[in-house]
Amino acid sequence: MSNEWPLWEVFIRGQHGLNHRHVGSLHAPDAELAMRHARDVYTRRNEGVSIWVVPSAQITASAPSDKGPLFEPANDKVYRHPTFYDIPDEVGHM
Amino acid sequence: MYAQMVKSEAANDDPALLAAFQARIDAGERIEPKDWMPDAYRKTLIRQIGQHAHSEIVGQLPEGNWITRAPTLERKAILLAKVQDEAGHGLYLYCAAETLGVTRDDLTEQLLSGRMKYSSIFNYPTLTWADIGAVGWLVDGAAIMNQVPLQRTSFGPYARAMVRICKEESFHQRQGYDLITKMAQGTAEQKAMAQDALNRFWYPSLMMFGPSDKDSVHSTQSMAWKIKINTNDELRQKFVDQTVPQAKYLGLTVPDENLKWNDDKDGWDFSEPDWNEFYDVLKGNGPCNTDRLSARQKAWSDGAWFRDGLMAHAKKAEARRVAAKVAAE
Repeated sequence: MSNEWPLWEVFIRGQHGLNHRHVGSLHAPDAELAMRHARDVYTRRNEGVSIWVVPSAQITASAPSDKGPLFEPANDKVYRHPTFYDIPDEVGHM
Repeated sequence: MYAQMVKSEAANDDPALLAAFQARIDAGERIEPKDWMPDAYRKTLIRQIGQHAHSEIVGQLPEGNWITRAPTLERKAILLAKVQDEAGHGLYLYCAAETLGVTRDDLTEQLLSGRMKYSSIFNYPTLTWADIGAVGWLVDGAAIMNQVPLQRTSFGPYARAMVRICKEESFHQRQGYDLITKMAQGTAEQKAMAQDALNRFWYPSLMMFGPSDKDSVHSTQSMAWKIKINTNDELRQKFVDQTVPQAKYLGLTVPDENLKWNDDKDGWDFSEPDWNEFYDVLKGNGPCNTDRLSARQKAWSDGAWFRDGLMAHAKKAEARRVAAKVAAE
């Protein structure tokens, strides 16, 4: 039991013009079969109109310990949100 | 349940880390694969998710038994779709387990060698077509009881797999009830088959929830970690309360002379299954343990040349692609 098929990550675009979204992973010997397996495993009920398969080994992920440096700086930048600004009622919807 | 008697490990990590981890779980946060987790949490989850995955895969066998003998083309298509779903559910769960650092081959090997278990229910035979109805109605019904709360389990990949599974599982139960309804409303002989199926699957279905709470030694830690959400007895009671009226509608009799409505607890009183039988089936002495395991072993070893062949082809094609690229440069 040494010759295990490599792992692939599967991304599916749903019906409504949304982004491809990660739905899970599977094992397959190559890209062509990964695509076929993805179709069988993840789209049995019309879940998608498009599939991406990516070798899991090719994905670079952020580490949990990077959460602070990566994401905390956004916390004190409230001015990036539209609700930071008061628009006078007289101006109407903006 | 699909994961019965999952042995939980004692945690012996740094108390401060453990406390922080427990605080995250108590706050309802999801634990993700790369996050720190106690070794015992990881091991217990691999065991639980693995057992759950194995159950989905082995669970194909009792139903696959009837695909070629389904009474109509429609029923055959439905059963094929259901059995294919079970394979899919097994795959979602294997992937969730693999995020914890175990390999697929390792999980497979542990199933085939008998070191990992699957649910006791799949060691019972499907003798008649009515059994296929009983499996959907009762076995999938019992599975749903357990799987719906597991959508809120603390480990992210497991919870997400459960969300996908629950979406599909409702079809399984409904097609089973629909099937057994047809039988129960059919000829006297068909009705007798439906009753016989209920008689044989009732207690094994109750066993799916695992031993009584007073004998369930692994529950406390698993519940604190939110990898088990309800106790075995809670879920069993819920299942009985849900199923008794459904049997009544069919005009079938639940095979329990102690079944009695209890106003005080607003639920049914019922007989416990024979726990000696349960432990015996887990030990490997159920009616179909040997068949089930040897079917999986045969499928795995018969498929080896094919799996290896595809891998060899993929490697050669990749080498050719690289060589062509180098030549072009």
